[in-house]
Amino acid sequence: MFDAPGPRFRRRVLWTSVVSAAVLAGLVALGLRQFAAGGQLDADRWRPYLTWPIWRYLLEGLGSTVLAAGATGVLAAAGGLLLALRPNRFTRAYAEIMRTVPVLLLVYVMLFVLPSFGVNLPLFWKLVVPLALSHAASYAVIFRAGVESVEPGQREAGLSLGMPDGVVTRFVVLPQAVRHMTPLLVTQAVSLLKDTSLGYVVSYTELLFNGRVLANYNGLLIQTFLVVAFVYLVVNLALSWLARRLEASRARTAR
Amino acid sequence: MSLVLEGFLNTVALTLLSFAGAVLVGSLVAVLRIVPVPLLRAVGAVYVEVWRNIPLLAWLVLFVFGLPEVGVKMPLFWTAFTAIALYEAAFVAEALRSGVNSVASGQGEAARALGLTVPQSLRHVVLPQASRRVVQPLANIAIALTMATALAGVVGVVDMTRAAQRINLELAQPLLVFTGVGLCYLVMAAGIGYGARVLERRFA
Repeated sequence: MFDAPGPRFRRRVLWTSVVSAAVLAGLVALGLRQFAAGGQLDADRWRPYLTWPIWRYLLEGLGSTVLAAGATGVLAAAGGLLLALRPNRFTRAYAEIMRTVPVLLLVYVMLFVLPSFGVNLPLFWKLVVPLALSHAASYAVIFRAGVESVEPGQREAGLSLGMPDGVVTRFVVLPQAVRHMTPLLVTQAVSLLKDTSLGYVVSYTELLFNGRVLANYNGLLIQTFLVVAFVYLVVNLALSWLARRLEASRARTAR
Repeated sequence: MSLVLEGFLNTVALTLLSFAGAVLVGSLVAVLRIVPVPLLRAVGAVYVEVWRNIPLLAWLVLFVFGLPEVGVKMPLFWTAFTAIALYEAAFVAEALRSGVNSVASGQGEAARALGLTVPQSLRHVVLPQASRRVVQPLANIAIALTMATALAGVVGVVDMTRAAQRINLELAQPLLVFTGVGLCYLVMAAGIGYGARVLERRFA
């Protein structure tokens, strides 16, 4: 959008960089001082996080997080497929409601309402079912967008070659739609993984809940939750990186 | 009954305030990600990646229980507000950035060819076109934010969802309570959607 930078502009960029680096360093120093004043930087408070038992406990939590996210993903994708295949008044209303009602409200219904009607699921499902109900609507949107992103000419070409409708869908439209959807599906996985942190409410032993248990046990609140946040960050960054790579390879092979 | 009102008002206040905060911080981060200074771009990118890849609930727990331990003491409501606003700011920044990027690069070049300075071309050519395109994404973020405020209930703010759960313990009329609260969220989302459509027509 801008012209190639001249010498004056480059000098200005240099000065801005120097000034902002100084400001940034000042902010970091301020934060560190605040942490140090509370004794939060003492090596004693961080040493437990260099030991294997603690990490094993957190990684077990991460395992449960991934398991819950996986189960939710499968259920929600199946539900999303159903919603996307039958666009009618009911499915549209469902998608609209799920787009606006907090998952937490659904979780509370699972926790406090359904048991009084005799429906008392195991903890795992109390987390997975509300998440799946809510994410199914997002999956439906992704699927519909994926199918609509395939040019109508592709279907028409298939039909004019004499292929039956089902064959066209299966071998012409869907393969292209899937390729368009993959990056979005990976992005959706990040959001799913983040939402499983509601296990904190349900007492399902996923990553954040295990962090809570650990913090209650050793009293190292800040350290524990910073480490937990860091684990989420690493996992989700890896997924986001994957999504970007898929997107780039899609852009290369398109057309 | 006062619990219902308190919950509803808290949810509305938290939504409005944190959306305002998110737009403010998000605009700043979007500017950081667009300016031609590599260091500032990197700062903007790190902000977005760090905030949106960690669950909001983890941020809320960290802020509400962690900040007092490093000597930052704020009322609960404002701590929750800060965490939600900073979290959603990452999404706002991305929406704004892709809005600006969606303006064809020929538009900026044409403005430069006509002799407009960079601020002028931004002000009169690029931003008016971008603002139209960011209304819908921003409305989606506002609706997501309305839902996200429910998480503040987990760390102790009495919001609408938390109030519903508490009232349900007393009244034992779950269907009524939870459907009512669900309807409140629907109405708020409908209001946001309506506002977005009005704004979009204004900019068109």
